[in-house]
Amino acid sequence: MSIETRRFVVNRVMGVLSGAAAALVILPLILVFGFLLYQGGTSLNLDFFTHTPKPVGEPGGGMANAIVGTLILIGLACGLGLPVGILGGLYVADSQDAHLPSVVRFLADVLNGVPSIVIGIFAYTLVVLPMRRFSALAGGVALGVIMIPIVLRTTEEIIRLVPASLREAGLALGLPKWKVTVRIVLTTARAGITTGVMVAIARIAGETAPLLFTAFGNRFWHHGLDQPIAALAIQVFAYAISPFDDWHRQAWAGALVLISIVFLVSLVARLATRDLQRQAR
Amino acid sequence: MFKVRMIARIMGSALVALLLIAASPPNSAVAQTLMNGAGATFPYPIYSKWFDEYIKVDPSVRFNYQSIGSGGGIRQITERTVDFGASDGPMTDDQLKKAPGELLHIPTVLGAVVATYNLPGNPKLQFTGELLADIFLGKVTSWDDDRIKSVNPGVRLPKTPIVIVHRSDGSGTTYIWVDYLCKVSKEWEGKVGRGTSVKWPVGLGGKGNEGVAGQVKNTPGAFGYVELAYAITNKLPAAAIRNAAGKFVEASIESTTAAAAGAASNMPADFRVSLTNAPGDSTYPIASFTWLLVYKDQPDEAKGKLLVKFLWWAIHDGQKYTADLLYAPLPMPVVKQLEAKIRQITFQGKPLLASR
Amino acid sequence: MSEADARRGGGSQAVSLPRAFFIASGRNVWGDRLFQGCLYAVIALFLAIMVGMVGALVVESLPAARRFGLSFVFGLEWDPVQESFGALPFIYGTVVSAAVGMALAVPLGIGAAIYLAEVAPFPVRAPVGFLIELLAAVPSVVYGLWGIFVLAPFLRQWVEPALGSTLGWLPLFKGPPYGVGMLAAGLILSVMTVPFIATVGREVLLAVPNTQREAALALGATSWETTRVAVLPYGRSGLIGAVLLGLGRALGETMAVTMVIGNRPEISASLFAPGYTMASVLANEFTEATSDLYLSALVEIGLLLFVVTVLVNALARLLVWTVGGAVKGIRE
Repeated sequence: MSIETRRFVVNRVMGVLSGAAAALVILPLILVFGFLLYQGGTSLNLDFFTHTPKPVGEPGGGMANAIVGTLILIGLACGLGLPVGILGGLYVADSQDAHLPSVVRFLADVLNGVPSIVIGIFAYTLVVLPMRRFSALAGGVALGVIMIPIVLRTTEEIIRLVPASLREAGLALGLPKWKVTVRIVLTTARAGITTGVMVAIARIAGETAPLLFTAFGNRFWHHGLDQPIAALAIQVFAYAISPFDDWHRQAWAGALVLISIVFLVSLVARLATRDLQRQAR
Repeated sequence: MFKVRMIARIMGSALVALLLIAASPPNSAVAQTLMNGAGATFPYPIYSKWFDEYIKVDPSVRFNYQSIGSGGGIRQITERTVDFGASDGPMTDDQLKKAPGELLHIPTVLGAVVATYNLPGNPKLQFTGELLADIFLGKVTSWDDDRIKSVNPGVRLPKTPIVIVHRSDGSGTTYIWVDYLCKVSKEWEGKVGRGTSVKWPVGLGGKGNEGVAGQVKNTPGAFGYVELAYAITNKLPAAAIRNAAGKFVEASIESTTAAAAGAASNMPADFRVSLTNAPGDSTYPIASFTWLLVYKDQPDEAKGKLLVKFLWWAIHDGQKYTADLLYAPLPMPVVKQLEAKIRQITFQGKPLLASR
Repeated sequence: MSEADARRGGGSQAVSLPRAFFIASGRNVWGDRLFQGCLYAVIALFLAIMVGMVGALVVESLPAARRFGLSFVFGLEWDPVQESFGALPFIYGTVVSAAVGMALAVPLGIGAAIYLAEVAPFPVRAPVGFLIELLAAVPSVVYGLWGIFVLAPFLRQWVEPALGSTLGWLPLFKGPPYGVGMLAAGLILSVMTVPFIATVGREVLLAVPNTQREAALALGATSWETTRVAVLPYGRSGLIGAVLLGLGRALGETMAVTMVIGNRPEISASLFAPGYTMASVLANEFTEATSDLYLSALVEIGLLLFVVTVLVNALARLLVWTVGGAVKGIRE
């Protein structure tokens, strides 16, 4: 066939292939979501969102404390993960230092591969043992450390892609370097960084192992950030490995709520940092 | 379009504000004490039932129990990050030495570990201890092996390979199982030994009782071991095992309690006893206590008082909740021995429990 | 230029243009210094965390390292009762399961990223993008249980027998179909890593300036050619970053893998066989480890996982360097 036809066909084929890739990626989500809905959908009622857990067999139990606990833990984790991740990513992308940026980038990739249970044990040694008790703070530290590499690397890559012409324009107008970075570069990269943060939050929201050693879990409302706190991931795990069907259904319902929370937080964050320029393409 | 962004930003700020409010400690009208405990997963259902019921008995205290594993419970109580621990297997002498004070083992309920399998037609099978050991050693590999046939006369067994399923995670359930196998098979004791994690000669590992139950359910020809509750709720068969008296006994609440009753007569003072292969005609041979671990000398007087009151309630009133949740209650002789033990818990030398 | 001029700021009309530029950039030195200080403080914290973690791992694993030496890395036996520990089956399991996972996740992830950034019609982009992000939010324990109850039986009944009968002459597909095993673990890992690669990859591609695309289109390129020639090379560094993020997850994932991998510390060429990863054995046995040597051996496994992650990352970077040359600094 002629070159033009071949190019046309290749174009079409690659378009279809990429669409197929996206479809294959979504397929497991539909299967897992379907599984969760089928198994746990019936357990989602008002009680679920307003009550604390009840023993097995008793109706009306819920995961209200776990929902709030998860949100609080995410907030605490962001307190550590966002500054270190975003500023760290800025440093690695922009710095003119000789070796330190590549070392930091490499270490971030390595930290990303450390199993969350090891990070949990680290936070246990660092926070729980000196305090002699489990606490939400310890959980926040563990989750924050898990967040750092994801936020850092994503921020770095996105900032790298901000065109130099924007920076030069800012400098040419007489802005000091730090203002150029904060007001121009970060603002341009805002949407991409937000995605990185959302991906990190999605990851930590579902983590169980590190929380078992730090936040510990709590069947009741927490009494302060220096006390054990409930979390959806822990509650889902505890119910899922139990022998009772009623608790299984609640576990699946809890997983659905967890995914929905991440969805909502992500949606709000996305809309709040929208880059209207990008939509127009 | 800017409006959407503005609304989203307001919503986001509102969410953060709400969280800050939620994060601050609630000032409850009644001063509440929170007691934390950690340990075995096996008793989680009964403990959570107890702690919820106990709020009605004493509303001033909340017991928060999390299942992180028997080893985790032992470690945390040794580190004193929790007020009490829980374990399916007794602590070793080495572990006891590491604790900053004397730790007491208080048995609370009993559990049984059953052999479960997946065969067409769900036949009722029975096994001797030696046969179980040999199957798990990999010496018997097919369901229609003569040895299995001879113990189960009249049962049609298919020519399917046996797929062993054991626990991958360290667990008290494993400890009870291999403890029993050690007692009935010298070869197992020499080759594999006992522990919460062992080097299994053959088989796949499933995570948790749930993982093993799920694996057995989904694999034709599978043969594994789970806590009784998991076999019942997953509708898996449980084999009858020949006990020390030579009788084939099925696991049930009664046969499990019988195991403890049989051992009550020479119960060691610290209750660290293995109940496997216990004497008695109606005893199920693969049974065990599960223990709460508390310090003999409590570090805090108020908390110590709350703890001993709860322990007293647990071994008396608490026992009536066991059957519904598929646990076996403590036999009366053991309860009497425990009463004396609980009276020994002190704060700076003073016994915490007022004489009853 | 005098101090007085600088302090007055660039407001004076009488100053020439280049001089005004220098004066203006002389202001706010403290702003710059403070900002740099913040960056360095954060980096110092990050390094402290890393050093602390590695340090703790090294110190805790010394007893086992001293006892077993190099035979730990190459040993094949894992016996907690006899206290004989060897890590090779776990290293093998980690590397192979991650390899299988990445082999599937990378093409699918990048393909999905291209779809979202370049190909998809506009109304479809946001919803599909969200769905893919949600995949990352599913807790790993849910993936694990879905694996046991849905994926593994599916593999055992349909996929593995089919593979065994058609491609069974390959050592990769020999052995009885259990359902659980290396293949199941690899599949679960690919499902868990793909959202990272796809989402971050999409952001990278979207950040590529439009001028690049327009230039290619102006030269007469088709959509795909534009993507291939103008967008992908520009975003290559970012895409590699996305893949490395996914790789990190694949190496360290614990819960989901341990539920479907069969947990048998054995090395086998077949994907149908059960295996065991370093993260899994750590999660399974850490809380129950009874003796100090046992604990130390487990910590050494953690340290080895660290080392494997470092090696794999270094290898990946080397590959990128040789294939295409490193991308440094700000582009335009």
